[in-house]
Amino acid sequence: MPTVQIQSLVKRFGKEVAVAGIDLSIEKGEFVTLLGPSGCGKTTTLRCIAGLEHPDEGEISISGELITSVEKDIFLNPEDRNLGMVFQSYAVWPHMTVFDNVAFGLKIRGVSRNGIKEKTDKALELVGLSNVADRYTTKLSGGQRQRVALARAIVYRPEVILFDEPLSNLDAKLREQMRIELVRLQQEVGITSIYVTHDQTEALVMSDRVVVMDKGIIQQIDNPERIYANPKNSFVANFIGVANLIEGEFLSNAGEFADGKFIFGKENEFFNLRALCKDSVSRGQRIVLSVRPEDIRLFSDAPPNGTTNILEGEIVDTVYQGNLLDCQVRIGNNEIAVQMNHFEKLITGQKVFISFSPEHALFLAE
Amino acid sequence: MTNDKMKNYLTIQNLVKYFGNDRAVDGISFDLTEGEFLTLLGPSGCGKTTTLMSIAGLHKPDAGEISVGGKSFTSMEGNIFLQPEKRDIGMVFQSYAIWPHMTVEKNISYPLEVRNCDPSEIEDRVMEVIRLVGLEDMVGKDATQLSGGQQQRAALARAIVCDPSLLLFDEPLSNLDLKLREKMRLELKRIQNEVGITSVYVTHDQAEALVMSDEIIVMSKGKIEQSGGPHSIYAKPVNRYVSNFIGMANLLEGEMAVVSKTGLSEISVSQDGETISIPCVLDDDSISQGDTAVLSVRPENVYAIKEKPDGPTIKGKVIQTVFLGNYVDCRVRWGNFEWKIQAHPREHLTEGEEVYIRLDSNHALAVLP
Repeated sequence: MPTVQIQSLVKRFGKEVAVAGIDLSIEKGEFVTLLGPSGCGKTTTLRCIAGLEHPDEGEISISGELITSVEKDIFLNPEDRNLGMVFQSYAVWPHMTVFDNVAFGLKIRGVSRNGIKEKTDKALELVGLSNVADRYTTKLSGGQRQRVALARAIVYRPEVILFDEPLSNLDAKLREQMRIELVRLQQEVGITSIYVTHDQTEALVMSDRVVVMDKGIIQQIDNPERIYANPKNSFVANFIGVANLIEGEFLSNAGEFADGKFIFGKENEFFNLRALCKDSVSRGQRIVLSVRPEDIRLFSDAPPNGTTNILEGEIVDTVYQGNLLDCQVRIGNNEIAVQMNHFEKLITGQKVFISFSPEHALFLAE
Repeated sequence: MTNDKMKNYLTIQNLVKYFGNDRAVDGISFDLTEGEFLTLLGPSGCGKTTTLMSIAGLHKPDAGEISVGGKSFTSMEGNIFLQPEKRDIGMVFQSYAIWPHMTVEKNISYPLEVRNCDPSEIEDRVMEVIRLVGLEDMVGKDATQLSGGQQQRAALARAIVCDPSLLLFDEPLSNLDLKLREKMRLELKRIQNEVGITSVYVTHDQAEALVMSDEIIVMSKGKIEQSGGPHSIYAKPVNRYVSNFIGMANLLEGEMAVVSKTGLSEISVSQDGETISIPCVLDDDSISQGDTAVLSVRPENVYAIKEKPDGPTIKGKVIQTVFLGNYVDCRVRWGNFEWKIQAHPREHLTEGEEVYIRLDSNHALAVLP
């Protein structure tokens, strides 16, 4: 039985449909991220799970117990759902010590004094705050406050923790560090987690599965590697990482690959390109070629014989990042982004060839 | 623009500035070609901002000389000190210093008005720079209606409106959020390129320095550690400090076993009683055989491979893989040392797996400790 089960969830705000029919089931111990741009419905979905919003249609259950069902008129109040929450604003009380902040939830639940001490100490140890238990939270750094918030969410061992962009207030270095720490903690505690973010790197780094949302609908659910390598459509391809998206026309299947026809500059000059195609499309249908910058190879001279998908162009811009070189190559009217981690000096205006392997490129149905 | 750009357009010689007993700038010299973009890079307290302020004339140095375009701005020996307003310099600060009670155009035209320029000329010139910085849509709006990024564009427009002889930037992007900062880096660089004004930029952000600069000067404790183009600073750091400050690096201390002037040298490093000789590049003449040196290799030049290679090997265990989409940030433990590796996602490394470390010898450097 999945720990969290969402069926046909719909939530409207006035005329606007924020969540337009979502089905999702999450297994015990899983870390699932709802990812998408602002307005995609991710936060509304999370708030429906928390009981902070009344959905218009659908059902939500946790460990088999219905906590929301519009049809059956069931709605458990937020405090009666066995959930922990961690928000962007730390929501940590400044007038209390770290210990009291974490113990608070247990006190109002009427846990015995010994039980409170034991559980709070354990939670503080887990998040690495035992040594500052007696300190007031105003004396803590942003990262430490977020750990207090996490300790408070896990102290009474809820079945699910909901995270609402908890790291977005932290600076870049701390955020990177906290991502890894949060995952480590979540794995240690083993609590099922649902995490909302608009930050694709966060989603890739932290999640067992990523739910990509747009316009209130789930666009794709998959593990990070597959979301990145096999995006289902151009929205997913472009939202996660950088993708070159080039419009063209489907020609035919060619064994495990398919061929497409593309125009880059002159009206009558066609290029046949080969890529994987998982959608079923027929000759003449509009398609989009999706290929990642790091999957494109760049050559100063003509590539060796037998290389597939060769295009000739000109360097228009290079951005040096130390470990990586981002470069824009103009091919006719298109600009293609190429990313290299080993490179020679390139000059703007230089003629180059690019190529990509068919297995690293996708045709997506328009 | 002509190709005969003045080589020593900006020159700084033996600049010294004390604060009390503290030598904030400790006798530095450098010069900059006309139209180029120079970044002074270092942690707080390294002297970068004090150097910038000395160029602006906002600090009076204790010794040294500064000249721009052949004109002496400061010469402590020659008893010359040009007042800041006489230096014809445009400045952009971290705090935008935009006046909230004025419109965008008024903010930008201000420097021209105090110079008593012709009103019709002012209008044309202001619109020209507004277009250049991409604020056309904000004409007529109060400065308070601008976002952080837009305010910084307005500040830049104001700094360049008089076509100054030099542009100085003091961490102008550090108040912006990451996405915007990344975008503004490229924008600033584009605009600087277009106007061609010689620029000195101060930052502690190494990514910013790499992306934007023609020249970088890495500073520490009031002194210059290294200067050069972004690629040479990144690929050929001269010491541990620079290697560690710019980008990520695997740094292992060892002893020079073989010193070669023509081919690869070798450094011998130990871990857990295991000693191995690693081929590397040694460019520094001051390091001899038997000397202590530091092996510096970037994560993208380290490979975790599954099959045992020929010859002596470094065997380790993958302890962490972080999937970042275009690459995997991987850590391999070898004794007490953790190798940082930038791996390709298609290599499929898994935590707990035993691997062999291979270094790209041509990109493995032996540098000063």
